[in-house]
Amino acid sequence: MNGFVDSYLIPGAILIGQSLLVLVLLLVSIAFILLADRKIWAAVQMRRGPNVVGPFGLLQSFADLLKFVFKEPVIPSSSNKGIFLLAPLVTVTLALAGWAVIPFNAGWVIANINVGILYLLAISSLGVYGIIMGGWASNSKYPFLSSLRAAAQMVSYEVSIGFVLVGVLLCVGSLNISDVVLSQQTGLGTKLGLPGSFLDWHFVPLFPLFIIFFISALAETNRPPFDLVEAESELVAGFMSEYGSTPYMMFMLGEYASICLMCAMTTILFLGGWLPPFNFVPFTWVPGIIWFVLKALLCFFMFAMVKAFVPRYRYDQLMRLGWKVFLPISLGMVVVVAAVLQIMGWAP
Amino acid sequence: MIIHTLFFYLFSAITIASGLMVVSARNPVHSVLFLILAFFNAAGLFVLLGAEFLAMLLVVVYVGAVAVLFLFVVMMLDVDFVELRQGFLQYLPVGALVGIVLLAELLIGLSGWTFAPEAIATATSPIPNPAEVSNTAAIGHLLYTHYIFFFQVAGFVLLVAMIGAIVLTLRHKPNVKRQVIADQVSRSQKVDMHAVKPGQGV
Repeated sequence: MNGFVDSYLIPGAILIGQSLLVLVLLLVSIAFILLADRKIWAAVQMRRGPNVVGPFGLLQSFADLLKFVFKEPVIPSSSNKGIFLLAPLVTVTLALAGWAVIPFNAGWVIANINVGILYLLAISSLGVYGIIMGGWASNSKYPFLSSLRAAAQMVSYEVSIGFVLVGVLLCVGSLNISDVVLSQQTGLGTKLGLPGSFLDWHFVPLFPLFIIFFISALAETNRPPFDLVEAESELVAGFMSEYGSTPYMMFMLGEYASICLMCAMTTILFLGGWLPPFNFVPFTWVPGIIWFVLKALLCFFMFAMVKAFVPRYRYDQLMRLGWKVFLPISLGMVVVVAAVLQIMGWAP
Repeated sequence: MIIHTLFFYLFSAITIASGLMVVSARNPVHSVLFLILAFFNAAGLFVLLGAEFLAMLLVVVYVGAVAVLFLFVVMMLDVDFVELRQGFLQYLPVGALVGIVLLAELLIGLSGWTFAPEAIATATSPIPNPAEVSNTAAIGHLLYTHYIFFFQVAGFVLLVAMIGAIVLTLRHKPNVKRQVIADQVSRSQKVDMHAVKPGQGV
């Protein structure tokens, strides 16, 4: 019995506690990130943005939460009710599940698994199910068209994301996410005589892959300019047209959780995760988690700016970009990176 | 170990139940969704076996790509599955025969290792010790050294299939306007921006 308590109960309780902590912090940050998104968008368009609820509108997201929760969920009578309600749950669960393998600092990770990168790829490729199920179950034309678009779009951009990951993993030599960050302690900066600096991070030698990953992440999370899934001038509100109240809020929550996940992934793969930008004193005093959050917020700022100043793509342009531009470039980069690593003898 | 066993029975029970639902569900979309659930639990079984790489691959490839296309097709097809089901009893003996043959082959093939553990030694390439090397590295080593020829040929067959599908479906209709990006970019007369003074025009 003692063995059971020691080997299952206590680790289980610790795991649940860690997961709850990450979940609560994540949800609170998403509330403010959503506000930041609206504020940045407003600032670019010279508007004020939400500024009524709380100081500077800081509590706007919480007011929205209450508004959605207290509304009546309307389920269309001809919809497929089970799947209709399952779709937002799937979206939000998958978007939050990805955070299980994200290391926030050295050793600060819920599940330090050996195939962390593949797990993230798997989770992000499942995200399309929430959209397809929601669009189909609504039993309405616009949501259905939107979900077909979503399926094609997300499957297309996953291919280039996959090749970008291969390119990064060639330089790392491990599928473990913490190893990906730790491998960025040495690199170009070390060779240039600035060890442990931001020049060591992957975004310098793998700059084309960094750009491709960022744009593919926009497409994968259906952010503008690739938000054809919910293009309001063509498809009403896309797959969310028939949704209201709490299910709608869960779609929004899932969307923003996966956006944050993509920002965290960009940080880990290319921007050195929790590593400080310089390896000397004022920078090394700052705890790793602060660097991690700052870098992820920088990525999110770029996400928000792109939303504000890039017009929406046309569907055929989107497909052309994915298959005819990103796929050949990322595939070529994989070959180039592998060749360089092999010839120079840098392969890990 | 007890948790391990519990999860094994949980995953396998859900796999079998959702497998049954795949063939018995009335709505084809429900069938595909149950198929996805079955894939997912099979991935869980792989994780329990310590084959985490295969588990993730199963989710990425089958659930993330193949099943999406399945779902895509099933949603767009207007198939009357009640009509399709009418020949069910007629085809039952043939289906049962195929199922039994498959089951027997699996039993014979896999139980050999249990009955005769020395059979493992007759495998054409050595099975690495799982404690020493991660299973990603082990699979990569096996695939890219011992089985490189078969691996490349399999990839080549897939490439041929892909080219075949494109050749069969690609049609260039005349009189269809297409965007040629290169033409647009290399156009000599560009669209310019001018600072227009009020009252004067460009």
